[in-house]
Amino acid sequence: MSTEMKMVIDGAEVSFKEGETVLEVARRQGSFVPTLCYDERLDPYGSCRLCVVEVEGRRLPASSCTLKAEAGMDIRTGSDHIRKMQSTLVEMVLSENPGDECPRCRDIGTCEVHELAEEFEVSRDRFLGAISNASKDDSNPFLLRDYDRCISCYRCVRICDEVEADHAITMTGRGWNKGIATAFDGGLMDSDCTLCGQCIYTCPTGALADKKMVNQGSKPGEIEITRSVCPYCGTGCSINLHSLDGKMIGVTPVLDGPVNEGALCVKGQFGFDFVNSEDRLTRPLIRKNGELTPVSWNEAFDYTAQKLLSVRDDHGPKAFYAIASGRAPGEGSYMLQKFTRAVMNSNQVDNCSRG
Amino acid sequence: MSNSIPEIEDADMMLCVGTNMTECHPIIAVRVKKAVRKGAKLYVVDPRKIPLTEYATGHLPLKLGSDVALFNAMAKVIIDEGLADMEYIEERTEGFEELKKHLEPFTAEYGEEISGVPAQLIRECAIAYASAGSAGIYYTLGITEHICGVSNVQSLCNLALITGNLGKRSAGVNPLRGQNNIQGAGDTGALPNNYPGFQSVDDPVCQEKFEKAWGVPMDPHKGITKIAALDHAVDGRIKAMWICGENTLVTDPDVKHTTKALESLDFLVVQDMFLTDTAKLADVVFPAAAFTEVDGFFTNSDRRVQRIRKAANPPGDAMPDWWIIAHVAKRMTNDVHFDYENSEQVFDELASLSPIYAGLSYDRIERGDLAWPVPEMDHPGTPILHEGEFLNGKGKLQLLNYVPPSENPDEEYPFYLTTGRRLPTYHSNTMTGRSGGFRILVPNEWLEIHPADAEKLGLEDGDWSKITSRRGEVITRVAITKTSPRGTVFMSFAFPEEVMTNIVTNPEVDPQTETPEFKVAAVSIVRVEAPTGLGASEALRANPDVEDPHLG
Ligand code: SF4
Ligand code: SF4
Ligand code: FES
Repeated sequence: MSTEMKMVIDGAEVSFKEGETVLEVARRQGSFVPTLCYDERLDPYGSCRLCVVEVEGRRLPASSCTLKAEAGMDIRTGSDHIRKMQSTLVEMVLSENPGDECPRCRDIGTCEVHELAEEFEVSRDRFLGAISNASKDDSNPFLLRDYDRCISCYRCVRICDEVEADHAITMTGRGWNKGIATAFDGGLMDSDCTLCGQCIYTCPTGALADKKMVNQGSKPGEIEITRSVCPYCGTGCSINLHSLDGKMIGVTPVLDGPVNEGALCVKGQFGFDFVNSEDRLTRPLIRKNGELTPVSWNEAFDYTAQKLLSVRDDHGPKAFYAIASGRAPGEGSYMLQKFTRAVMNSNQVDNCSRG
Repeated sequence: MSNSIPEIEDADMMLCVGTNMTECHPIIAVRVKKAVRKGAKLYVVDPRKIPLTEYATGHLPLKLGSDVALFNAMAKVIIDEGLADMEYIEERTEGFEELKKHLEPFTAEYGEEISGVPAQLIRECAIAYASAGSAGIYYTLGITEHICGVSNVQSLCNLALITGNLGKRSAGVNPLRGQNNIQGAGDTGALPNNYPGFQSVDDPVCQEKFEKAWGVPMDPHKGITKIAALDHAVDGRIKAMWICGENTLVTDPDVKHTTKALESLDFLVVQDMFLTDTAKLADVVFPAAAFTEVDGFFTNSDRRVQRIRKAANPPGDAMPDWWIIAHVAKRMTNDVHFDYENSEQVFDELASLSPIYAGLSYDRIERGDLAWPVPEMDHPGTPILHEGEFLNGKGKLQLLNYVPPSENPDEEYPFYLTTGRRLPTYHSNTMTGRSGGFRILVPNEWLEIHPADAEKLGLEDGDWSKITSRRGEVITRVAITKTSPRGTVFMSFAFPEEVMTNIVTNPEVDPQTETPEFKVAAVSIVRVEAPTGLGASEALRANPDVEDPHLG
């Protein structure tokens, strides 16, 4: 089925598998092909035309994201002609975008449109004027929506449909010349939207942004990204933790997460900031005169060890019981059962799966 | 799960039982929706008209707790229609003739009588299941949180076994775990009957193995379950407990009983990120680091062992769970080794003692591609269990009988109450409730009730009501919705400070697993005036105007 075939990209011979697009092959072999309406999780759409390449023997350049690779094809990705076309396209897109400060670029990391603007050195000062989120806001707590920045790539609509299977938003032809809307043009909270936030992370502009990450006062480039797994349900979606100076500021989906393949639900996407809560316990506590009182680790360990020893020695191993967490990492539950079996000398241990 | 999550997408038929997937496992639901889009059939078995029914070929709204009657009837339809996979039955199962005989009386009409699902629909669903190329069963606590939880699961296994749907791709019997690492907690041996890797504590070979590994004698007797342990705390046989990361007081049924149990202890240690209601009763509280602050692993529903990594610093003195426990251990013994420099050493020790993790290391779980058993370092993992053969020889078909729930509506308590989660609130809300914005999506608890029932009780949307069971009462607002069938109301347990739902739930347990019957309690409902200080129009359902203290 997947027989290896060969084609030429920018003078180099490359092999590819049946079904791959020219864009996929070109990127794999290291050619720079800019895109805007493309997202590896979505079916190719072919609307922005930024991914154009020259195909030997064809008069007109073709969009590589929708072009299937064929044996013997000879592709050029970076001729002056192509770059000129791309640069004009980027300029057009940019001119439709407001010139004020892009919240995405400022706080999360360059958005794709502005990254391309930089790449092609087309001008529009990204850091002009003040940000104007408030007036364009939707009443939901998580998603910033500013359709003045929309470039009609429909990646949000497609991700909602193809990746999340939620179908909360559609393209509209009415009124808005660039229209993305919920079923009744209302706010997201009145629609089928589950506030999973995935449209944000496919949007190549600042039209959609994560309210939690915007306004963190972060500087792009300083954010650290660490791969991890969602702490909520048993699905086990892969997430990227975004942190700044040792503090969690956001989450994004891992595009090649084996279970979720770049999708997340509202909990995984937005339910991370409990870790920054003021309510976090920061010191060991011991009950003294009826009150839980902060103590040092040393004191807490000694006290606990002495209490548990006397329970074991006075009442026997079975007078102790341990309940492991089904939420915390497995190293902890391993340690608790080892403690119960090897120190307290019983099998009096369970986890919270029974309730 | 017997099969992996990505395979769901290619199933030809999906039978989703007692699982409010779009709210509780939304990203597994994505796979189900994709399969439907590719042409698969979907049947939803659930008393409530949950959102998943919108995608379904058919919805079987069974009476609470009537699962065994329904699935017995389906099994009989399959056999009578000649749709059983005789070759598979011959080769891989035992007890078919007995099962066939046992099922004699359980016609589709009998199924209808007990479950309330029309006989025609039972037949349709059974035929769709048995005639599909690959049919997967997916269930959650709607099946297990019953006094007959084990029978419920077995009745589903019977269906899979007589149709050859166990041990092949995109099929199987698949419990979806509700918590990120509940599978991992069992895998690591936090069970009264098993060492790590489900090695039996009453097997002398396993005992010897752990005695050798840890250098001390092992107790040859099983421990008791957590549910029994709470009883033993009340009667004084258990004096001390150590609870890690569980808000037992709020999440267990019959809060009064749990409170009494924890208060009876001489010594309670609680290890958590927050001062939960349970921690407030403790003698010692250890501050635990969050998942973002440690290295470690979670094992998900499809047995996938996945790496988590430290991205942020813990607040104050908070430390990883394993570190805390190892330190207490070190002060109590010199005989057993508890010196670890990092979590990886703990993981490696676990892998060395557990055959199902033997082929795993932090390197190998980098991307989360491997599902256990992974017996060797070059083993590719086991996404599909029971391929070719069952671990213990032949799959035994079980002869099961319907047992009604331990509590049923009567004159005094005329409604069934069932409990579960809502999409934006997780469990007892210690995490979602402290994450910004979630309060806006679900500002408070509410009781979901069918319009006809509401009318009878003189209740309007947003009114306050008192819900009483044999164990206690709670007060909450009502939301009128056709999601609830007549006679059955629904609540979550996400707002314990305001509405302690588990005051009214039923602590009766399944005799085999000792899992409580959270899913069924008989209750009465009356309208009451709003508690002082709160108006009837106070935030109900999503409300952008709610003040959210956690939103920066
Ligand atoms: S948040 Fe999720 S459900 Fe809502 S519009 Fe975006 S992708 Fe769709
Ligand atoms: S993102 Fe949602 S579906 Fe995925 S593991 Fe987290 S809670 Fe579960
Ligand atoms: S990326 Fe190919 S047309 Fe937009």
